Amino acid sequence: MDRALALHLGVIAALGLAYFVLPAYHAGNLARIMVLAIYAMGFNLAFGYTGLLSLGHALFFGAGMYGLALSMQHFGAPTLPALLIALVASALVAAVVGALALRTKGVAFMIVTLMFAQAGYLTALYFSAWTRGEEGFVLPQALRRFAGFDLSSAAGRYFAALLLFALTLLLIGAIVRAPFGRALIAIRENEPRATMLGYDVQRLKWFAIIVSGTISGLAGATYALLFGYAGASFAAVPYSILPLLYVLLGGAGTTLGPLVGTAFMIYLFDLSSSLTDAYMLIAGVVLVLLTMFLPQGMLGTLRKRALPWLP
Amino acid sequence: MAALGAAGAPAILQTRGLTKTYAGVQANVDVDFDLPTGQIRALIGPNGAGKSTFVGMLCGRIPATRGTVMFDNKDISRLPAHRRIRLGIAYTFQITSVFTGLSVRENVALAAHRAGGTEATVTEVLARVGLSDRADQPAGDLSYGHQRILEIAMGLAQKPRLFILDEPTQGLAESEVAEFKALIRGLSGTTILLIEHNMSVVMETAQFITVLNHGAILAEGTPEQIRANPHVQAAYLGTEDA
Ligand SMILES: Nc1ncnc2c1ncn2[C@@H]1O[C@H](COP(=O)(O)OP(=O)(O)O)[C@@H](O)[C@H]1O
Ligand SMILES: [Mg+2]
Repeated sequence: MDRALALHLGVIAALGLAYFVLPAYHAGNLARIMVLAIYAMGFNLAFGYTGLLSLGHALFFGAGMYGLALSMQHFGAPTLPALLIALVASALVAAVVGALALRTKGVAFMIVTLMFAQAGYLTALYFSAWTRGEEGFVLPQALRRFAGFDLSSAAGRYFAALLLFALTLLLIGAIVRAPFGRALIAIRENEPRATMLGYDVQRLKWFAIIVSGTISGLAGATYALLFGYAGASFAAVPYSILPLLYVLLGGAGTTLGPLVGTAFMIYLFDLSSSLTDAYMLIAGVVLVLLTMFLPQGMLGTLRKRALPWLP
Repeated sequence: MAALGAAGAPAILQTRGLTKTYAGVQANVDVDFDLPTGQIRALIGPNGAGKSTFVGMLCGRIPATRGTVMFDNKDISRLPAHRRIRLGIAYTFQITSVFTGLSVRENVALAAHRAGGTEATVTEVLARVGLSDRADQPAGDLSYGHQRILEIAMGLAQKPRLFILDEPTQGLAESEVAEFKALIRGLSGTTILLIEHNMSVVMETAQFITVLNHGAILAEGTPEQIRANPHVQAAYLGTEDA
């Protein structure tokens, strides 16, 4: 077994043990971190590996969240079908948005994705009879079950989050070493060269957006399922910016950077909000410092300085 | 019926009326060009003659204003660049273009794998160009000369039927130029279109030469014919056509 896979399995095992070691409060935090890290891993595939800076991933997160929550709430769908609906919904939204947004590049791409996400957010508000808009709705606890496990309990939530996190991490780990992932990295590094080697850059980018959007949708669905709530604020602009912060902090284009960055940011928000109301300001200052001194993020810097094999 | 090139062998590449106009600048005007299969052809001409534009239109990097490009008797004029490359064309940029953030081996692997090659292809090509002992370095850490050689290695790894090189020896040291000549001569079976300023490279590798001037073909012939051609001498001296 190679080092990268061993590292991923080690991290998954450590997260499993952490539940039994950590105080309940931190285990609860960690469950949330793992779900948001799935989102960051999805975002990282587009941004960190393909070089596509989307400012609209909240649309995919929201599509997954509403895909699951609406089908549960209004149609009584059980967990697994609801999860599948969420994945299909976010994949479709990503396919359509990707096909249109990828006609643009750079700043225009950022703006177009931002606009699509804003349209999605407004759509969620418009159909507030179903979504209850900003206020959102709580998923009935009775529905949040899977194979006999209560996903609203601390343990059920933690291990469901871990399972989906682990699957996503192993999937991303496999993708980035497969020909598909290596081609995405080639596009990020030098798009004209990749084209002139025969890579269909447009199509590969589109696939990247679809996979990235579907993983983001999985995160949104998981969030609704485990925390029992869906609301339009999860489809709003801040939720497009957050995964960018997580990924930049942890290390864009590293498989574990999203987890590290998410954990760091969640605890930073947590600690600073207990000190002052202006916690966003503290978070901002720390971010500026980190990007000044660790422009490649934590794991990106570690890879450059000490561990070149880091996946 | 297979189209025949000037030398009688079937032409792997043909252009008819190929033209490029950049906002009023006529970079290429009605270029009719035939390249027989297996030939090593040099494309020469003064700076700004339109050489890079011409090969850019062959491989699809630069959209032509009008005209056709035939590759292997197939009209590829409307194909996007990556589809043309997949038909068996490799192209090296005039300005070195490698994946500087990736290892030397990964650079070659990206070229080889897309073209159906294996790890063995990668290892073999790296050995052939003398980059084996640098395989694990980031390409960006290589010297300029080695980066150019890496780009040629990427072309070789594609095992192309037509290899287009835009000024590959520009900025190379004498010893590297000598290695390049040997490399090109050792490529049997590959048709080569070489844009080159270094006359020793042209005279020692090319079987046939096309001279481009002001976006049009000024002369074509063997190295001896081109050397003796007064129009070519005039173009290079900068005076108008003698
Ligand atoms: N992207 C471009 N936009 C405008 N003019 C260009 C462009 N590229 C090349 N040209 C012009 O076209 C002519 C031919 O250029 P080029 O094909 O690069 O010549 P060569 O490779 O023979 O030196 C030159 O006059 C050059 O200035
Ligand atoms: Mg040129």
